[in-house]
Formats: sequence, C-alpha cells, structure tokens
Amino acid sequence: MDGEELTEQETALYDRQIRVWGADAQRRLSKSHILVCGLKGTVAEFCKNIVLAGVGSVTLVDDRVVTDESLPANFLILPHENHYNGKTLAEVCCDSLKEFNPMVHVAVETVPLQVVNLFLLGGPAGDISTFGVEFFEKFDAVIISCCSLGKKVLFQKLINQKCRKLSKRVAFYTVECRGSCGEMFVDLQDYKYSKKKLEETIECQIEYPSFEEAISVPWRALPRRVSKLYFAMRVIEQFEDVEGRNPGETSIADRLGVLKLRKELCETNSLDESQIPDALLERLLTDTREFPPVCAIIGGILGQEVIKAISGKGDPLKNFFFFDAMDGKGLIEDISGPSTRS
Amino acid sequence: MASQEQLSAIKRAKVLMVGAGGIGCELLKTLALSGFQDIHIIDMDTIEVSNLNRQFLFRQSHVGQSKAKVARDAVLRFRPNISITPYHANVESRFNVDFFKEFDVVLNGLDNLDARRHVNRLCLAAGIPLVESGTTGFLGQVTVHLKGKTECYECQPKPAPKTYPVCTITSTPSKFVHCIVWAKDLLFAKLFGDKNQENDLNVHSSDTANSSEHSEDVFECRKDEDIERYGRRIYDHVFGHNIEVALSNEETWKNRNKPRPIYSKDVLPEEQTKENGNEEKGCAADDVSAMVSLSLKNPQDIWSLVENSRVFLEALRLFFLKREKDIGNLTFDKDDQLAVEFVTAAANIRASSFGIPLHSLFEAKGIAGNIVHAVATTNAIIAGLIVIEAIKVLQKDNNNYRMTYCLEHPSRKLLLMPVEPYEPNRSCYVCSETPLSLEVNTQRCKLRDFVEKIIKAKLGMNFPLIMQGASILYEVGEDLEEDMVVIYAANLEKALSELPSPVTSGSVLTVEDLQQEFSCSINIKHREEFDEEKEPDGMLLSGWVEAPVDKDNNKPIGNDESTSNALPSMETLDGDKDDEIQETSEVVEAFAGKKRKLSEVSEVTAPDPSGPSSINQNKPEKLDIDDEDDELIISDDWESFTKKKKL
Repeated sequence: MDGEELTEQETALYDRQIRVWGADAQRRLSKSHILVCGLKGTVAEFCKNIVLAGVGSVTLVDDRVVTDESLPANFLILPHENHYNGKTLAEVCCDSLKEFNPMVHVAVETVPLQVVNLFLLGGPAGDISTFGVEFFEKFDAVIISCCSLGKKVLFQKLINQKCRKLSKRVAFYTVECRGSCGEMFVDLQDYKYSKKKLEETIECQIEYPSFEEAISVPWRALPRRVSKLYFAMRVIEQFEDVEGRNPGETSIADRLGVLKLRKELCETNSLDESQIPDALLERLLTDTREFPPVCAIIGGILGQEVIKAISGKGDPLKNFFFFDAMDGKGLIEDISGPSTRS
Repeated sequence: MASQEQLSAIKRAKVLMVGAGGIGCELLKTLALSGFQDIHIIDMDTIEVSNLNRQFLFRQSHVGQSKAKVARDAVLRFRPNISITPYHANVESRFNVDFFKEFDVVLNGLDNLDARRHVNRLCLAAGIPLVESGTTGFLGQVTVHLKGKTECYECQPKPAPKTYPVCTITSTPSKFVHCIVWAKDLLFAKLFGDKNQENDLNVHSSDTANSSEHSEDVFECRKDEDIERYGRRIYDHVFGHNIEVALSNEETWKNRNKPRPIYSKDVLPEEQTKENGNEEKGCAADDVSAMVSLSLKNPQDIWSLVENSRVFLEALRLFFLKREKDIGNLTFDKDDQLAVEFVTAAANIRASSFGIPLHSLFEAKGIAGNIVHAVATTNAIIAGLIVIEAIKVLQKDNNNYRMTYCLEHPSRKLLLMPVEPYEPNRSCYVCSETPLSLEVNTQRCKLRDFVEKIIKAKLGMNFPLIMQGASILYEVGEDLEEDMVVIYAANLEKALSELPSPVTSGSVLTVEDLQQEFSCSINIKHREEFDEEKEPDGMLLSGWVEAPVDKDNNKPIGNDESTSNALPSMETLDGDKDDEIQETSEVVEAFAGKKRKLSEVSEVTAPDPSGPSSINQNKPEKLDIDDEDDELIISDDWESFTKKKKL
C-alpha cells in the first residue's frame, strides 16, 4: 500500500471530494492523463474542473495565437498584453491552470493542430497509424473541441478511430457550445464498471458506438422524441463542413443555404422537416459565440463525465448530452445503432 | 452570446452576491465573463485548505484571508475594468432593507438555513428578486423568488437538521451516528466543555440509585490524580459502569441486543507508560495529536478496539497535559484534530460495546463535523444556471423563470430538470402574512421559553420585538433605555399570563424583526396539558409549515446545524454511504407540487392548498409551450406534506 496511499497534502486538499467519490477513485484520478484539443471557453471550464479534481496530467493542444476574440468566455486568459502577447492559447491557459492545483502536471503539446491533423488525415505517406497510436496511447481521455480547419466531422472521426484502435481504452469526448446551446458526445467503447446498490455490488457494462457509428444512425431509426438539437447540430455541422467554414463562422445570411441542406437531409433520412425548427437553426446560425453560463454548465457536465470514466465510479452518460438555455433542459440522448442501443 | 437587449440590461445591472464560497467563486467568475460590471459580494468567512478543491479563486497562500476580498482580487485579474465591492461581514449583521433596495437582483450562494431565511425576508421587504441555490456532491438546485409572483424561499418547508431522541443517545444507540452524538455532545462536552451546562450523561429513566452529586464527582479529575489513572477511570465509568447500570433495566433490552461493558484493564492490560516518545518533541499546543503520538498514520483506517482505546486515553492525556487552559471552555470543532480523535475513539468504543460497526476517523469527522461533500463541477453548473435566471430577472422575462434541479441520475433523460415556479403559498406566514397559532399553557410558560423556542428557533427572528396591542412585552436593541431593559429582563422570567400586559387565551401577539422588516401575528390559545413525549416544549405552533419530522422525536438533542451549501432537502447526518436510491425520490419530493404553477394562475379555480384530492397523482404537466410532445410528469407526493402539517 505504500506509495499508493494519498499523501497528507492530498488528503487535506481533496477532503471534500473524497467524501463524494472515495479515496480509491481519487488515487485513480491522480494517475490519469488527459489530452485536450481546442481551448475555447467551455474547454477552459472543463480544464479548471479536472485540474481541481486532481488528475495526474493535462496536456493542452491549441496553437492559435491569443487575440481579443478569444478573451470573452475564457477566464484563463488575463487581458494584459504582456501576458498573452505572441503566445498560443495553450501556453496562456497552461500558466493559469497550473495555479489551480500545483499537484497536477499541466503541459502544452507543441505539435500544431494542423500538423496533427495532417498526420491524422494521412499525409503523403498515407500510413499514419504508428504516429497516431503513440501519440494517443499516453492518455486516458481525449477531449476534442473543434477549432479551425473546416473539417470538423472528419477530424473527430479520425481521432476517435485512433482511440479505438489502441489496446488500452482511451475515453473520447467532443464538445461544442454555440450561443445558448451546448452539445457533448461520449465514447467509452466497451465500458465495464461496478457499483454498489444497497448492500450488493453490481457489475455493469455499457457498449458505446463510435463517433462515426453514432452520427451515421439513420434519423428515422431514432426514437420519436429525440432532441431537436441533435438534428439541428448535424445540419449546421454539415453546412460548415461543406462550405469550408470554421465552426461558428455562420450568420443569418446562410439561412437559405441551411434550410436547403435541411430539406435534403430530411428527405434522405425520411424525417419530417418540422423536427428541425427554423427558429432553432436560425439561433444556431446567428448566436455562435460562446455564452459563459452555458460554458460553465457544459464544462461542468463534461468534467463530471471524465471524472466518472477515469475513476470507474458512477454511471457515465451515453452518449450525447444537450443543453439549451431557452428551455433550460439538460438531457441525455442515446444515439446508437441496434447493436449498441441500451 | 447574449442579445443586445440582454447585454445592455446586464451592463446596467447592480447585483448582490451573498456567499463567496463554492458556488460564490463560480458565480462571480461567470457573472464577470457574462458582462456584469457592478457586483457586490458579502461573505464572513476566511479561506481554509479544504476549500481549495473547488473554490478556485483561492490559493494556498490565501489561507486565513477574507473570501470576499480574495475572490474580488482574483476576478479583477481577468476582468480589470469591472467593479466588485467585497464585504467581509455577516449578512445577518448590518445590511438593512435600504441596502438591499439598491440592487436589481440578489444571488445567494449560502451554506446555512438561517442566513437564507434572513436574506429571503430582506428581499421580500425590499421587493427585490432573489435567486437561491444549493449544492451537495453531485446534486444542486436553483430557484427564483419574486415577491407576490412566486413562492418565497420559506413558502415550502425546509427540513430542520436531524435530531435524535435523548434515550437513543444515552441508552439505546443503534447507529454509529448515535455514538458520535454521544461522544461529541455528551462526553466531550462533559469533560472539556462548560461545566455549568446541563448534560444528559448518566441520565437513565430508571436510574434512581445514582445521585447527581455523585455523578458530578466522577468526571472531575481529582487533586493529585495521575492523568493515566484519571483516563482509565473515565473510560471504565462510561464504557463499563454505565453500561452495567443500563443492563440492569431488563425492560430496555427485551427486544434489543444487549451492549457489553468494556473495561480498560481487559482491553489494555498494561499501563500506558512513556511508550509514546513522539509527542515530547516540543510541538505547539495546536498540533498536538494522539494519532501522531501513537503512529497511526492513515485517517481512513478503521482502528481496532485496542487502537481506539489507546487513542481515547492518549487524546485525553494530551488535552490535560498540553491544552489545560482550554479545558472547561471547549466546544467541538471539526478542525480541532485532537477533539476529532477523541470523539472518534469514544464513539468507536461505544459502538463496539453495542455491536455497531466501527468507522474511520475520516468518516467520523465527517459525521461529527456535519461536513458536506462538495465538488467543483456541480458548483460550476449551478452558477451557470443562476446567471441564466439572473438575466431573465433583469429583463423581467416573467414567463420564463425556472427552478432547475441538477440530478446525479437522470430522470426521463434529464440531468438538468427545469420546473416552472409556483405561485406564493397563501398560508406562508412569511410572505402572505397569515397569522400563526400557538397553543401553550399561559400560566406555566415563561416568556423566555417563548422567545427562545418559538421566536428564535422556529421563526428565525434574531432581533425580535414582541407586542400585544400597543404594549411592548419584549424587545432587543442597542438604544434601549435602561429601565426598559430591566423591565424586559424581568418579563422574560414571568409566565405569559403574569406579564404586565397579560397574555391569555385569545390574545394576539405581534412579533417583528426590525432588521428583517418582517412581522407576523400569533394567536394564543391556552391549553393545560402537553404530552411530554410528543410536545416536549410544552407549546404547539400551527400554521407554520414544518417539514416532516423524525417520528422518534421526543425531547431531542439538537445536532449542530449543517454548515454547508446543502440542498435543504438533503440535510441529513446519517453518515450512510449508500444514498443512491434515496436521492431521486428526495428530489422529486423537494418539488412535490402542492400549489399551482405560475402558468395556471390565470385559471378561475380557487386554490385549495389543503386538499390532497385536488391534485392528481402523476398529472402530466406541460413545461414547453412550443412543443406538445415535451411533457414532464411530476408525481405529487402530497400525502407526506399534509400528514404532518398541523392545521
């Protein structure tokens, strides 16, 4: 047990949360390594949460240079010119995050996203698997919040595939917040855990579809009451991909284009267009900047999910989470094909 | 991002935050990021190490400093051009209605019921909207309160902290928490606390043999008595002798497992000599620890009976040796390591005696100290929800206010569950000014009891003024005249019927708290007899909606109030680890609908707050006017409230 025990410092600092999830879970957290890609407001919140929770390490990837644009929803960036001048988002956030918990190793992965992406998409050599595996195997969880490049779906698919190829299970999450809406996706592959119910210990198992499998589930196969936000996000996402836009780079001028795409997708999927209301699409088109309260909410839920998956304690959600400040609901949708439907 | 109108409303707004702790830090950060520019924040606490796992604006170097001030400094680092005014003060102190009136909205991030009630009353008096919130572990909630439009914070009952019957604590414990209460409120208090305090230790219903004078001697350390001797003597008395006395009453044990007496010579045969070399290394009085002395390193370990006994004796010895000056005026403090060790050990030995499972120091500390488990993520989520409601309030978006519940396990796919607020409770004595009724023996009950047990304890008034008609029977204040003070002091000792303005059956008393600007009337009804078991106070207050009480509740020993961000409906001290099952039903209970939702107010039907039959079980409620398909079923657990509500 020696060396395995939490130190006196850890016990004192983590007292209140050890009372929530126990010392074992805390130990597992302290050994975990998290990769985070794309540092907007929601992910900043998430990083704060897991650093406070006491994970082993957090590796940040985002080589975009800090601008005034990045300031609004990200409290890790201190708006003094000399604090961020010339630095990347990852570097600036790294400095701030370290302060929250000196026991967590916070570092910047200097491989620029474009390079990562290039490798992942298949550079000239076409054989990217070696690099990919080594890179991701170090981690227990990977969180992707899309930034540039306009190939959001493909990017997310490929990283997810890398995670799934490893013999070690790497948890995979994506997150995106636009205006009053937020979406989160989880893939824990084949997840086994135990929990106590009354006096018994129950063994549980959940099978997750991959990102690609999930978004390929035909819309007509989904339950009737699936959140409209799911469909709306898929429409917007495809629109941005097709038009080569960065995520969030839309406006009301795109309205007709989006409605047209909606029509096509609904026809292909035999879904009634009324399932994706105009008003919702318009909101997602125009209200694209992150809204700090929503960042806090989604960052919180994401934090909880990663902590659960790493500690092996608590029922993880499967597999999408949506929040819309308009109706105030935070709901879970199970978007799975027949083989992985719960 | 917020719309233009929202942004300008936000920019102009003046916001008051009460509490700079778990929720407060997250809230202040989110408010600042959302564009708020004039924020005031009140918090009386200073920063502790255990805060740092979630109150992320604070650092190790800030321990001991004011939360409000440090939070402000931290947020100004990333929003230097906004105004944040900190107050390192108790919200229940100098902030009156005029102060509250200056704000557009008040946001609570408090950790105790008293302060919440106080702020509620001030917001009502000032006519300012209040957004309330609370978290415990993974659970949280946000509620919105607008005078006249929605329930106030006190319209729905808030459970009082759990209490236990005296006999359970003194004679028949069945759970570990009972042993903790015994160890903390009885034994620790007896040995180290105020000697003049009444103490139920040694009280047995059938115990006529021991005179109280004899008992008094037992706990005093005799002149020239060796501390080792003394420790063993106390040990043998409470764990050996007292148990034997209890056993002699056959009746008690008819249907219960009998405890076994434990004597120190059987557990620790050899005398405690100077084996404990460690503690002599000149440590400061504060750092004194039996665990260190005995090389017990891990607070998560469950000690054996032998180890617990060693800790008991060693802790007692260290108190007398190193902290003599404290003895006689100590109250239990969860941050007092030696006190925690002593209480853990004592509780465990007692538990051992009664066949109750032993617990680690970590667990015992949590129970004894009413520690609420807390994580950053829940606070962050709740803070986001608070800001969303605050913005609606600023825009007077009356139709869209929500109460939101953050669940640990989804209910119908929802982890965040919004519910429409309810209209005010017509019987709420706080916001609807309904008179209360009190049954009391006016010839026996003293004014002092009335003030302590009813006015302060139940009604939550800190600075009461009590009048009958134009006569003031009692008041508290700084600028009272000498002779009035004398009169009031004398009044306290008089029976109600003997007051200068006699209080008898049919009297109507008006009680006010000037600071809260809250007043209510109480109709007095004389009653001769009261059931000692069921009505130990000798008084019965009705019209005051109280949460369902423990059915064993006769002459309870109060446990300390929970000092936490706890959801009111979650405040229990059971120390049970398995709360998974309870949780969802408790949350559902917390918003069990007894009144109409705001959206139904326009209907003509008269409200019937006392009629269970008027509410259907499992009546589907519409939440989302946009979408016919979205329904939320709330099961109305009307029964559990009406049963206990005295009408």
